[in-house]
Amino acid sequence: MAHLARTSIRLTRSVLVALTLALVLLAAPLVSTPVSAQQASTQDVETILAGFTRGQFPATLAAVDALAASGHPHAAPILQALSDRRLVFETASRRVLWQEGGQTFDALTGEPVAAPGPTTDVRVSNAVRRAVQTAMASLTLRAPNPATRIEAAVSILRARDLSQRAALAEARAEETDPNVQRAFDDTLAGLALVDPDAPEAERLAAVERLTARADAGARALLLSVPADATDAVKAAAAEGIAAIDRRLEIQGHVQNLFFGLSLGSVLLLAAIGLAITFGVMGVINMAHGEMVMIGAYATFVVQELMRAFAPGLLDLSLLVALPLAFATAGLVGIALERLVIRHLYGRPLETLLATWGVSLILQQAVRTLFGPTNREVMNPSFMSGSLELFGIALTWSRVWIIVFALAVFLALLVAMKATSFGLRMRAVVQNRRMAASMGIRTPWVDALTFGLGSGIAGVAGVALSQIDNVSPNLGQSYIIDSFLVVVFGGVGSLWGALVAALSLGVANKLVEPLAGAVLAKIVILVAVILFIQKRPRGLFALKGRAVES
Amino acid sequence: MTITRRQALQMGAAFAGAFALGSRSAFAQGEPIKVGVLHSLSGTMAISETTLKDVMLMLIEQQNAKGGLLGRQLEAVVVDPASDWPLFAEKARELITGGCAATFGCWTSVSRKSVLPVFEELNSILFYPVQYEGEESSRNVFYTGAAPNQQAIPAVDYLMEVEGVERWVLEGTDYVYPRTTNRILEAYLLSKGVAPEDIRVNYTPFSHSDWQTIVSDIKRFGSEGKRTAVVSTINGDANVPFYRELANQGVAATDIPVVAFSVGEEELAGIDTGPLVGHLAAWNYFMSVDTPENQAFIDAWHAFTGDTNRVTNDPMEAHYIGFNMWVKAVEAAGTTDPDAVIDAMVGVAVPNLTGGLSAMMPNHHITKPVLVGEIQDDGQFAVVWETAGLVPGDAWSDHLEGSKDLMSDWQAPMNCGNFNVATGQCGGA
Repeated sequence: MAHLARTSIRLTRSVLVALTLALVLLAAPLVSTPVSAQQASTQDVETILAGFTRGQFPATLAAVDALAASGHPHAAPILQALSDRRLVFETASRRVLWQEGGQTFDALTGEPVAAPGPTTDVRVSNAVRRAVQTAMASLTLRAPNPATRIEAAVSILRARDLSQRAALAEARAEETDPNVQRAFDDTLAGLALVDPDAPEAERLAAVERLTARADAGARALLLSVPADATDAVKAAAAEGIAAIDRRLEIQGHVQNLFFGLSLGSVLLLAAIGLAITFGVMGVINMAHGEMVMIGAYATFVVQELMRAFAPGLLDLSLLVALPLAFATAGLVGIALERLVIRHLYGRPLETLLATWGVSLILQQAVRTLFGPTNREVMNPSFMSGSLELFGIALTWSRVWIIVFALAVFLALLVAMKATSFGLRMRAVVQNRRMAASMGIRTPWVDALTFGLGSGIAGVAGVALSQIDNVSPNLGQSYIIDSFLVVVFGGVGSLWGALVAALSLGVANKLVEPLAGAVLAKIVILVAVILFIQKRPRGLFALKGRAVES
Repeated sequence: MTITRRQALQMGAAFAGAFALGSRSAFAQGEPIKVGVLHSLSGTMAISETTLKDVMLMLIEQQNAKGGLLGRQLEAVVVDPASDWPLFAEKARELITGGCAATFGCWTSVSRKSVLPVFEELNSILFYPVQYEGEESSRNVFYTGAAPNQQAIPAVDYLMEVEGVERWVLEGTDYVYPRTTNRILEAYLLSKGVAPEDIRVNYTPFSHSDWQTIVSDIKRFGSEGKRTAVVSTINGDANVPFYRELANQGVAATDIPVVAFSVGEEELAGIDTGPLVGHLAAWNYFMSVDTPENQAFIDAWHAFTGDTNRVTNDPMEAHYIGFNMWVKAVEAAGTTDPDAVIDAMVGVAVPNLTGGLSAMMPNHHITKPVLVGEIQDDGQFAVVWETAGLVPGDAWSDHLEGSKDLMSDWQAPMNCGNFNVATGQCGGA
């Protein structure tokens, strides 16, 4: 029973508020309409509550409906507790209790119970939760919070609960909030369509309204026009479905484009550090993915520390993690360059093998340090949920990652073109001996360039920790794609990496709905190989002397 | 550090003393019995298998504290096959020729298939603790994880009967376990009268991390009026991004529940489960099951690892059952000789952690309860449904052509893993 106690403590304030509201609302119709919602006797309620103790879902479902209809003064908190898995019964006496804010209440009397005996949970399935939502909807049609009212209308429509039609129409007449009015009208239209007793005119109006709403839910309702409907209604519904399908198809294309950009920005983030270490310096760095992983683990460590010392600022943890991830991965990169890679310049095969070995060492080191299992990195609130735009759901984490990838790209571009370090870096790449004779310490520039590329990979790790596993294997899944992007874009070109990443992303997402995820990857890979055959230097080939040498 | 001659002498003496002590007890008890532990400690599968290595060490330590087996101590021989399938076979050979009486190991089906010929050739015993696709029965392997009829079929029954699901998305990673399981499920659903257009099967590569298109397709598929559920055989680390995408796109369990066969307590450790409450998993064990045996097991596990946050999961219970069965069989046979132990294994029954008694069947699968659990916001599962009794594991599925006529019985006189009841011959379809 330990986890039950924990759950009840976690009860959020908003739920408490909702409960109180529901309680008040429940009491109101009792006074005003004594006939329709006559209060069941104590004995009846006892029988209803016994349904929760059977341990069978049909009995529980029946009890939910009966309790909502009984007018029992504590029906709302009991139902809410059931849905949140806080409804229990004493194993021996079968007395039903609900838990709230660390206290236990008797479901029959509503009195607090000081020391309940050993209890058993009332089991909940999703079907039970849906029944509770529908039952609660009838109680919350006039809740003060507009969002609650909209939710009530939506759950009535989802359950196609015709018994609520009259109550809903009544509530609609008194409704003043335009958003809620729209939701009520939608639900009324949906109910009119499936109600076998509705007249033809009403059904036609409903079809028109649903066609105008034009989303998947409306389409489902139009599909379920009852068989007894007149031909006019059926024809209108079929037309409506066709119109909605056209619209959904366009939406689908726009959505695929967004998904593609989002995948492309992830590829860009993973590859952009490699565009420097491989693209600019020519080092085949198989440990690049591990730099990404180090960045992700830096995010994890920062979040753990902030959870312990500054839990209020947890939403800002990603901002704190960015410089730390950059520094950690950058330092590892510099160490790697100084200790291994600089001894192997000009020997690409040895570099490949050595850095691959380093990647295994780094993976196993992280596995030893943090354990082999995934670590939980939390999504800050601004990166959770999704943004609904013209019926397309864009998840916030993806939107932010697109923005972030472009920001990193621009920052890197500025660093390369507009700072003295960037100038030296380009000088060393173009002509090492000339740069050296101009007084540039080329070994230092090499180390710092490698550090910069690795640091950028670490920053990418912060972003990827939001959408992927934080595990020792994180880097491996990105290394191939990263090389693909850099080679396709043209070695040495940052713009090439940008264009390549975004076009690979979009192409992948356009093929995926047609061919499936597995085949899409293969198709893209083959396409890139064919392209490289034709243009070995990629999309944006470097020109000039640097290339010839 | 320099070592003086006196120190060296002292150390030598201590060594000798320890050696003498050790050998004296060895004389009293005979040589230790070696137990092989064949789980990846590095590479992609380390995420799941390292825990199983630890649980084996714990079980062996507990058995030794009870006085060992046949009056001899047990000794764990741990090797690391490094998530490399051919290496599994090499390491298995190393364990068997090194004198291991039995081996506990493997996770993926491909690793099991890789070691299978080695165990058969050298006639040794393997305990395989993970739920798998079935369609296999070897004299040398004991399957303590679930066969499809002990996990997938009951879970689908639950969704159909309790949740009233009519449309199905079978979503899996592209390899043998999901493909076979989905083949069985598709046949089963069709036999239950589900229309072919109400079943959607989709596969993704290993470690797939971009689920945007798939989740939005599932949303669309599920919004066409019929109650829809997702049956997920998505493997390992692809699950975290999948569940994150579900949560972010607002797919609630009350609309489209997801029932997973490869997501346990360990996998949920990497996700904030708040938005996932109500999604389901089917297993034969959950850490939250409230029995005295389970409590004792969890306490021992926490004491052994020194970390009270460590979770337990289904394959750990499978090793617990398998190990105890092996101990019982060895005691009954009075020897660790493979042939004697294999014969003694069938019919052995030991308590499982969910309050029942699991028995080894003649087909080398065991009886298990099937539980459907709901994800809770603390990363645990709450049991919402269980089978009335224990379900015997079925090596050959009843729902697949070519496999439904097969049966397996490793007892004399049949002694066959794929006896065809239609043709009356041993040797498959």
